[in-house]
Amino acid sequence: MQTRTNSEWLNDLRGPDQDQAIEDLRKVLKRGLIYSLSSRIKTDLETQVDDFVQDAILRILDKLDTFRGESRFTTWAQKVAVRVAFTELRRQRWKDISLEDLMPEDSGDFTPLVLADPSPNPEKRATQTIMTEMIETMLKEDLTERQRTAMLAIMKGGMPLEEVARRMDTNRNALYKLLHDARKQMRESLLEKGLTPGEVIEAFEI
Amino acid sequence: MKLSSEDIQKMMEAVKMTREHELDCGHCYDEIDQFVEMELSGKNAAEVMPLVQQHLDLCGACREEYQALLDTLKAFID
Ligand SMILES: [Zn+2]
Repeated sequence: MQTRTNSEWLNDLRGPDQDQAIEDLRKVLKRGLIYSLSSRIKTDLETQVDDFVQDAILRILDKLDTFRGESRFTTWAQKVAVRVAFTELRRQRWKDISLEDLMPEDSGDFTPLVLADPSPNPEKRATQTIMTEMIETMLKEDLTERQRTAMLAIMKGGMPLEEVARRMDTNRNALYKLLHDARKQMRESLLEKGLTPGEVIEAFEI
Repeated sequence: MKLSSEDIQKMMEAVKMTREHELDCGHCYDEIDQFVEMELSGKNAAEVMPLVQQHLDLCGACREEYQALLDTLKAFID
């Protein structure tokens, strides 16, 4: 395969040599994705990667004008392919899980899980219980419902941002901003109680 | 609600890393190819592009894609 400079890639993908350039790009993307996804995809790796590469090529051709030339063209193209692949892998992985599934049930009683931890120091355990109650109250009272849902789905449920975003009828950027505001609010609420996040972390260290 | 000590620590780590100004996922995506190349060439990308590093520290989804992009490019380094 011929090696191309960034401008050669752009020219070839836009010009009469498009077919050859696309085939070359396909090889590059496929090799990269096979390498990086082999530990994540156990079955039909090649078929799935072929699909991702096909989608990625369409997107790359569509977005050629947005390439700013700040990296090698192939790095930029691989980035697009990785995004396409992960979007689809995450969709598959989380397709049967709703936000409600990830919300901790509100049992009403304050028997924090920390009590089950084998912490040898009763004083430390008491502090942990108090802090757990405080943070649960903070989530309930100081955050909006959307902030709380997003925070719990991501931090406790482990759901990826864009999967949460789709379920909340928003997009990844807007959800990131919402979480950013939620974190700032929590920092503020802690400060009002005379605490820093570092002090809380320390209280939970074994 | 039932938060484990692990949930709380995770949440507090995120609160601790919070800054007034942060990049959103879109801006991180715009810069990540440059960031990764810098890293692969042995430069301190985190120092040159601290806002990208900060976003990666806070955003699991972008961090996962960044690691995969690094792996992807390693396929071409022999
Ligand atoms: Zn992100």
